[in-house]
Amino acid sequence: MSELKSIKTLKDIPRKEQFAPGHRLCAGCGIPQLVRFTLKAVPDPKIVVNATSCLEVASTIFPYTAWKIPWIHNAFENSAATASGIEAAFRALEKKKGIKKPKIIVFAGDGGTFDIGMQALSGALERGHDFIYICYDNEAYMNTGIQRSGATPKGAATTTSPAGRVIPGKQERKKDLIGIAIAHGIRYAATMNPAYPVDMYNKIVKAASIKGPVVLHYFTPCPTGWYFDPSLSIEVARLAVQTRLWPLYEYEDGKYKINIMVRRPKPIEDYFKLQRRFAHLLRPENKWLLDDIKKDIEENWKRLLRLAGIEA
Amino acid sequence: MSCKSNRNGERRMSVKSRRIGLNGDTAVAYAAKQANVDVISAYPITPQTIMVEKLAEYVNNGELDAVFIPVESEHTALSAAVGASLAGARVFTATASQGLALMYEILWIAAGLRTTVVMALGNRAFSPNINIHCSHDDLYAVRDTGWIELIAENVQEAYDLTLQAFKISEDKKVLFPSTISLDGFILTHSLEALYVIDDAYVENFLPPKDPVYPIDPNNPITYGPLDLQDYYIEHKKLQDYHFENSYPRILEIFQEYSEFTGRTYKPIKTYGLDDAEVAIMILGSSAGTARFVAKKLREKGQKVGVISLTLYRPFPVDKIKEATKGLKALAIMDRSLSFGSPGAQLYMDVASALVNEREKPLLFNVIYGLGGRDLTPDQVEYVFKKAQEYAKEGEVKELKLWVGVRE
Amino acid sequence: MIKLISNITYLHLKKIERCRLLIEVRWHGRGGQGVVTSSELLALAAIYEGKYVYHAPEFGPERRGAPVRAYTRIDNEPIEQHFGIYEPDIVVVIDPTLQTEVDYILSGLKKNGMLILNADEPYEKVIEKAKMNDIRVWYVNAYDIAMDIFGRPFYNTPMLGALVKASNIVNLESVNRAIEEKFKGRGKEIIQKNIQAVELANKEVKQYES
Repeated sequence: MSELKSIKTLKDIPRKEQFAPGHRLCAGCGIPQLVRFTLKAVPDPKIVVNATSCLEVASTIFPYTAWKIPWIHNAFENSAATASGIEAAFRALEKKKGIKKPKIIVFAGDGGTFDIGMQALSGALERGHDFIYICYDNEAYMNTGIQRSGATPKGAATTTSPAGRVIPGKQERKKDLIGIAIAHGIRYAATMNPAYPVDMYNKIVKAASIKGPVVLHYFTPCPTGWYFDPSLSIEVARLAVQTRLWPLYEYEDGKYKINIMVRRPKPIEDYFKLQRRFAHLLRPENKWLLDDIKKDIEENWKRLLRLAGIEA
Repeated sequence: MSCKSNRNGERRMSVKSRRIGLNGDTAVAYAAKQANVDVISAYPITPQTIMVEKLAEYVNNGELDAVFIPVESEHTALSAAVGASLAGARVFTATASQGLALMYEILWIAAGLRTTVVMALGNRAFSPNINIHCSHDDLYAVRDTGWIELIAENVQEAYDLTLQAFKISEDKKVLFPSTISLDGFILTHSLEALYVIDDAYVENFLPPKDPVYPIDPNNPITYGPLDLQDYYIEHKKLQDYHFENSYPRILEIFQEYSEFTGRTYKPIKTYGLDDAEVAIMILGSSAGTARFVAKKLREKGQKVGVISLTLYRPFPVDKIKEATKGLKALAIMDRSLSFGSPGAQLYMDVASALVNEREKPLLFNVIYGLGGRDLTPDQVEYVFKKAQEYAKEGEVKELKLWVGVRE
Repeated sequence: MIKLISNITYLHLKKIERCRLLIEVRWHGRGGQGVVTSSELLALAAIYEGKYVYHAPEFGPERRGAPVRAYTRIDNEPIEQHFGIYEPDIVVVIDPTLQTEVDYILSGLKKNGMLILNADEPYEKVIEKAKMNDIRVWYVNAYDIAMDIFGRPFYNTPMLGALVKASNIVNLESVNRAIEEKFKGRGKEIIQKNIQAVELANKEVKQYES
């Protein structure tokens, strides 16, 4: 049995794999790294609850499974609810029959978290179930063919928010998932990014050490839905942080901490130009939208600095 | 009729019991408590609320060692129940009407994943327009989903069937979730006398759950994988096979409980069918009303009978074929509608059960009691009269009859 | 054969114990007066005496502020019928202001039935109409009793006490036991006061004689 242990470099990551190769996630997808890291960082015994999503369909095509630990898929919107039931059951069985309660991990996409699963997540957080909720956010419904979600960023083109002649992509901001989670009074929440593996691993370790609900929000580059070369996945992910678009920060017991301080941000255009979903933003007629997005990014960064008690 | 006779045969009881007065909701909650459930996951909805309140009270007073999950919706109530059941817990939930409709997606999953969730339904009409009183819309909405469906006629049955539901669902030859239906307000909020088994004896009939393939980190299983064109249909065929095969086992458990308590449980109840020419088939609390009227009519020499169902799914086809033999006309009474169908739900069930029989009664459908409209003896008498009329003429003049409706 | 007995008095009951008894009671009051509770207490008391009961709240639509009804059906055989009570043997009117709603409270009450009112003096039009159907009228000033004992207008248990005296469907001891059971979580004082109210009304209730 492994133990909770934070790491200093990638070399410290345990070798043991509980997510088998041969699954059908796309090349360049950010999800397998999240899953492998999570299963390494969270000690046994553990259980995974998976919402209907890319990960679910790609890792368990009957009669195959990539999971070497108990894994359950119930439906799309109810992964937090299912986790609630499992957690409650083990609480009862631990008391009555002495069965050791495993750690319960939820993996859900942005659709299953920001949209259809929001109510179930809110309920589970409010009730204080002991589980780790991880939203892997590829910023649209990728599993059904790149439709817009509440996590799709402003300006992005999806099949249901196309870059049209009148409306150039999604016009609304992305929901603040961490803000929503924290508002429930949970103890720990954090953002993660595959280009910063040590930070990511240690956040999962931290999450596993806390009793009660925690929420982790993971940036998942999606070559299929964002239209970039799969070899550029980590580059895209890194740029999201370096442009201040995806700040890496954590919240613990009332305190905010910015984990990667981006003093001199790269231009957002560097990030946008790698992905076809943003191509229209770089056209002159859409400059107003690009400026608007830049303003949003700046405001969000300042907000986080304030929360973290740092002078801008 | 002598006053000694006792339909329920309570005198043969072989366990220690107490006679008390409870309303239907409390009786169900009491049975769930005696079943020593591990997890309760429920959302309050009229007319099921008393069940949820009682169970929360039992847990908070330390009378029941269970975890009560105060969920934020019925969808979560059943989703969490599925998770808890797969984790190995004995799980109870309850709902009605709109709550059941909200759960609908998960009903199929609860059955397909072979959970052993037990759910009580305080039968209530579907909206619109909003109504909190009895229809059977919700119990019929469960019929295709792969749940065992038990229907109580009175408070005693609501209690007894709840205990039996756990035994049935958790049986290794069954492993399907169960519902117990009791008519909203007519039973949920009404008090009747009933016998409750002494706590010490309950475990003789219902030992703790021995879960089959529970979630276990030492024996990892993938539950609910993606299942495409190459396997899905085989899995569904298997589920169907096992569901049908649960039927004989359910009959055995009914028998076992009957011997245990002295109260007889069978998939269908019949009255007057030895010589009846016409009969009514009906579900739930109204069965007693129909029998009450039938008794009076039989005293006047009319050959009428009543059939009611305690087990609705799996549908007791053999018993229904047997019971309807020799009848000239059968009025099938539905407290629900199936818009645009050849008849309402029970009518369609019975018609298809009898379709290949050489001799079968004339069938017609009666719609009654929607949204809690009281089914009175007059209405029942009218239905018998119609059945007699059709039997005599050898033809059904009106396939769908409404009773208790203002013109 | 089933013998339905609608004209009940306790003397009859004793003689025909081995035959079918069926008594249907309808309770009238207003929301918050414990109408449903009194019906339930009667049902519980009957259960203690080995009888079968069906106690139900309103069958018709309920509206806020509207008068509330409850129903008790008592038999010495299992009760199969689950329909509403439309022709009660006994009507108990818990709310004193409702006695003026003559048609409403007498609706369906059987010939030779019994009407029990919460009144200092029964309303003359009720008496008039009751007489036409040979309905026996009993009355008690439950307001005074309730104010004396509870200091608040809780009429339901006094009216139950009055019903027991007038009809003798159940014994006073059974009613007291039902009160103890029903109010066991509410403290000894509440139980004692309710028992006191039942007993006082039981003593004071009178049959109307013109």
